[in-house]
Amino acid sequence: MRTFRQAAIGAAVGLAVSASAGIASAADPIRIAFIDPLSGPFATTGESGLRTFEYAVDALVNEKGGVLGGRNFEIVPLDNKISPKESLIQLKRAISDGIQFIAQGNSSGVANALTDAIKKHNRRNPDQRVIFLNYSAVDPALTNDKCNFWHFRFDANADIKMDALTDVMAADQNMKKVYLIGQDYSFGKAVAAAAVKYLSAKRPDIEIVGNELHPIGKVKDFTPYATKIKASGADAIITGNWGADMVGLGKAVIESGMSSPIYTYYAAHDGITATFGAQGKDIIRLVMEGELNPPTPEFKALRDGFKAKYPNNDINQSRIFNVVGMLAKAIEKAGSTDPVKVAYALEGMEHDSIMGGKIKMRASDHQAIQDLLITVHTDEGIAIDADNSGFGLATESKVKMAGMDSPTTCKMKRP
Amino acid sequence: MLELVIFSLLNGLVTGLLLFMLSSGLTLIFSMMGVLNFAHASFYMLGAYFAYSISQYMGFWTGLIVAPILVGLCGAVVERYGLRIVHRWGHVAELIFTFGLAFLIEEIVQFFWGKATKDYHEPELLSFPLFTLFGQNFPAYKAFMILVSVAIFIGLFMILTRTRIGLIIQAAITHPNTVANLGHNVPLVFMGVFGVGSALAGLAGVIAGPALGTFPGMAFVLGSIVFVVIVVGGLGSLPGALVASLLIGWLQTFAIALDWSVNDLLAIFGVTFDADHLLRDLWTLSLPQVAPILPYLLLILILIFRPTGLMGTRET
Amino acid sequence: MSTTTAGGRAVEGGRTGRTVAIWGAGAVLLLAMPLFFGSPVAITIMNQMGISIVFALSYNMLLGQGGMLSFGHAAYFGLGGFFAVHIMNYVEFEEWFIPLPILPFFGGLFGLAFAIAIGAFSTRRAGTVFAMISLGVGELIAACSIIFVVFFGGEEGVSGDRTMGPPVLGYEFISEMEVYYLTAFIVFLTTAFMYLFSRTPAGRMANAVRDNPERAEFVGYSQRYVRFISFCASGFFAGVAGGLFAINYEILTEENLNLVTSGSVLLMAYIGGVGYFIGPIIGAILLTVLQTILSNHTEIWQLYVGILFVLTVMYAPRGLTGLLMMHGPALREGRLSFLLVPYLKALGPLAAFLLGAIALMEMGHAANVTIVGEVHAHFLGLEVDTTDPLAWIVAVALTVGGAFGLIRLAPALKEAWEHANDFSDGAGS
Repeated sequence: MRTFRQAAIGAAVGLAVSASAGIASAADPIRIAFIDPLSGPFATTGESGLRTFEYAVDALVNEKGGVLGGRNFEIVPLDNKISPKESLIQLKRAISDGIQFIAQGNSSGVANALTDAIKKHNRRNPDQRVIFLNYSAVDPALTNDKCNFWHFRFDANADIKMDALTDVMAADQNMKKVYLIGQDYSFGKAVAAAAVKYLSAKRPDIEIVGNELHPIGKVKDFTPYATKIKASGADAIITGNWGADMVGLGKAVIESGMSSPIYTYYAAHDGITATFGAQGKDIIRLVMEGELNPPTPEFKALRDGFKAKYPNNDINQSRIFNVVGMLAKAIEKAGSTDPVKVAYALEGMEHDSIMGGKIKMRASDHQAIQDLLITVHTDEGIAIDADNSGFGLATESKVKMAGMDSPTTCKMKRP
Repeated sequence: MLELVIFSLLNGLVTGLLLFMLSSGLTLIFSMMGVLNFAHASFYMLGAYFAYSISQYMGFWTGLIVAPILVGLCGAVVERYGLRIVHRWGHVAELIFTFGLAFLIEEIVQFFWGKATKDYHEPELLSFPLFTLFGQNFPAYKAFMILVSVAIFIGLFMILTRTRIGLIIQAAITHPNTVANLGHNVPLVFMGVFGVGSALAGLAGVIAGPALGTFPGMAFVLGSIVFVVIVVGGLGSLPGALVASLLIGWLQTFAIALDWSVNDLLAIFGVTFDADHLLRDLWTLSLPQVAPILPYLLLILILIFRPTGLMGTRET
Repeated sequence: MSTTTAGGRAVEGGRTGRTVAIWGAGAVLLLAMPLFFGSPVAITIMNQMGISIVFALSYNMLLGQGGMLSFGHAAYFGLGGFFAVHIMNYVEFEEWFIPLPILPFFGGLFGLAFAIAIGAFSTRRAGTVFAMISLGVGELIAACSIIFVVFFGGEEGVSGDRTMGPPVLGYEFISEMEVYYLTAFIVFLTTAFMYLFSRTPAGRMANAVRDNPERAEFVGYSQRYVRFISFCASGFFAGVAGGLFAINYEILTEENLNLVTSGSVLLMAYIGGVGYFIGPIIGAILLTVLQTILSNHTEIWQLYVGILFVLTVMYAPRGLTGLLMMHGPALREGRLSFLLVPYLKALGPLAAFLLGAIALMEMGHAANVTIVGEVHAHFLGLEVDTTDPLAWIVAVALTVGGAFGLIRLAPALKEAWEHANDFSDGAGS
């Protein structure tokens, strides 16, 4: 359906003279522009997010009769090729088509560009405002220095995740030496800074034997890094790597003969779990939200439905269900799709996640507060596996409402 | 430290020899036809993808033999039906053609194999640690990569110096017209060399695919580095390509292994700077950070100060 | 080799009038475009076109006019843009008085400064050595952008706000439309400058050095110096384009510097036609359209672009403009009508071939990246079931039939072409 819908949008918007949105009637769908990479090296991640979004709006909204008396949700996929420039073009395309909700998640670089552009746009065009639903970009700056009223983050930020992660690490008395490695950009740096901050506060005796950034997406061979890590005698590795950089680093480290744990943010799904397979068992650990093993019955049912439709994909970003669920609730509460009213309705909202647990959208910085889990890559006790590999993520420990009182430097300006 | 040095030497050797497999073909093609083939790394990628598909049905070893041959055929076809047509418009057009070809091959690979990383593994036979030193493993597959590259170098050297066809190739490099006048079919030799060069790149792809990952961007990450190698080594010089490949290989691994920064250097002289200085990025630069730009820096310096490269004899 | 500068002094007088008319028409067109294409998206795309036009024209000063093939032209574009964004931020925080319309020229100055530094050694030689140095410099700058965070902002780049400066004639450049007119004005101005440059002795000598460096030296010009001048001018205009980018997008990132951007400007210039002044303009417009519009209709748009590029290099080295200009002599002699009927005849098979080939590629793509329960390929507003063998048969039949028809018509086309360009029997020139 995607291409067809894009064709229709393109035809309507394209180079036509006018493209006004018209007046919404009860039957008009509420459209959410999904601006993420659908081509290029990160297309797999973007596509899996898109499928989850399309499935989530059908399952949570449309099949239950829609919102505001029968209006359905519709996802409008727009390819940004993971480039900030293309994202801004697609943002303009979405706005001129009358779309009021923008969803994006891959790459904090893109999210920084989008939140900035949306802030400017909403200030310059008060009659065409939009809301930014950030479902995955976790650079802490987005809800701190760069925060604004229109941006809502549904994932825990890198700081909060590191807080939870280091709780677990600090409890392990055998841990003496930790190696930090990450991608050389805002997110990688945020992870490293948070790790240093929390480790030195919680366990000053732990020695950070390496704190290193490598160029993002450009390293051909991680073996030299693995050699260095191994030679440092580290008891654990912390990395925020994702995509190909995660696969490369993980493979090289495991092949070098390391068996110490690798604490990660994104080392699962989209082929990564399958690549690690038995090699990574009990070595790879993830900090994440949305419990997979054991799953709640509601989520199990949803996931089975998803698998029937897309056997080769996983629901690897379950927070998307929270995005859709909370947006629907906020629109009902606001009684309209007016972005200002919806944004006020989202602020401070509490929501029961289908993954179990609560989620609260903190009003002061629009950061969602939710339960965080530390999970381990294993094939034992796995009800929901990843990449059809039999391996999956089993919960080891849980932090309730993680980062509830975490500080923020956000000074929110409200309209 | 000894552990780090030994393993960095080994890792650098693997990378360097892999680069040599690519650059040997490229430098042969260049010295014969005067064409810098931008698409050379794309043939490397094709090798990995062909081998992946073959290994799905017939195992790794069949792929190791068949995939390079297929890539060589592709190369020959490109020379015969592409490059030869463009040749009429001159060297700049040829360079642009191979640039476009590199772009096109990446799209074609995505068309047939999709965008995701392919699960292309080394064979079971070779997936064990060959030896363990200081508690660190050295995978047998890496040793296999070294073995294949060395065999290729020796084989290539023998063919070029000891066989009749090698002599014709050497002659055609320097005196193409004389060779043609002697009755040799120079266009055929060109096509053959292009095909063999591509097959070498393909072979590099077959054995590098499992180690470095098989994905549509794999040609792009390696493409410009191979250029650096042949320019630094000296265009048209096979020993030069070997030396430069190893040089770049070790340069990159050691740059990552050694955590030296400008700050350390300045500290030796007692100079320190505060963390908020406008030029702070300069002081905090560390060797691992600049590792990716070192090859290009070397390239520019060589082109300025020694345009013939380390062991080359001609400029362009 | 005929280029923009072809044509002797004898016809100069008549040509001046025509040139002024063409430029006047261009200006009117730029002013009137928003009347036809007024939607916000269209304005955005036209702004992007304007940036691409300046960038591609500056590139052609190297490749087309100077014979220097560069694989790193994005460095000058990006550096100019980064510099412009930094100035924008200074204007915001330090209250400098720099009106927005002259901001791109500051970007240009930075591009110029960098071009002087690099050109000092890279223009010693043309050809492969120049191409390799440009590649090295390009990759170096792109890699540096991640390292030098203060200037390049790392992976997320540097953003600014164009509306924070002083208003110019009451305009604050809040709306896209105001930015369009600003862009259009600068595009017109820089295009005119670049055209005038190609008419100066320096520009003409660049052509001479490109075609025959030795003879150019005999006339008394140092080929290196001539190349250096073109190189610096090109760097300046690339920087201006970068400044325009900064105004339009208010953000500069690593991708503005890297090989992809350098490659796409090569594509624009070459597909458009490097031998003609207008060539890169046509290429820039075409590729921007493909990039922004085609990419929303098909996922394999880059494959089409790649095929188009390779075919251009192989069969139309003078680009699309060259294909059009081929008809110039016949048009002037009024013999174009001889070609009309054969062209119309070829139109049918060509359309069939294209439709068939597109169908095969789209269906192949859809079948390759299957989603369960999704068996349809969508293209050209059609919806085709990829599991239906009939669809494949029709597509193959169209492709083969179209190709066969074209091959059959080729001799007739060639004959008609020769007839139309045979001026021996007519009044002739």
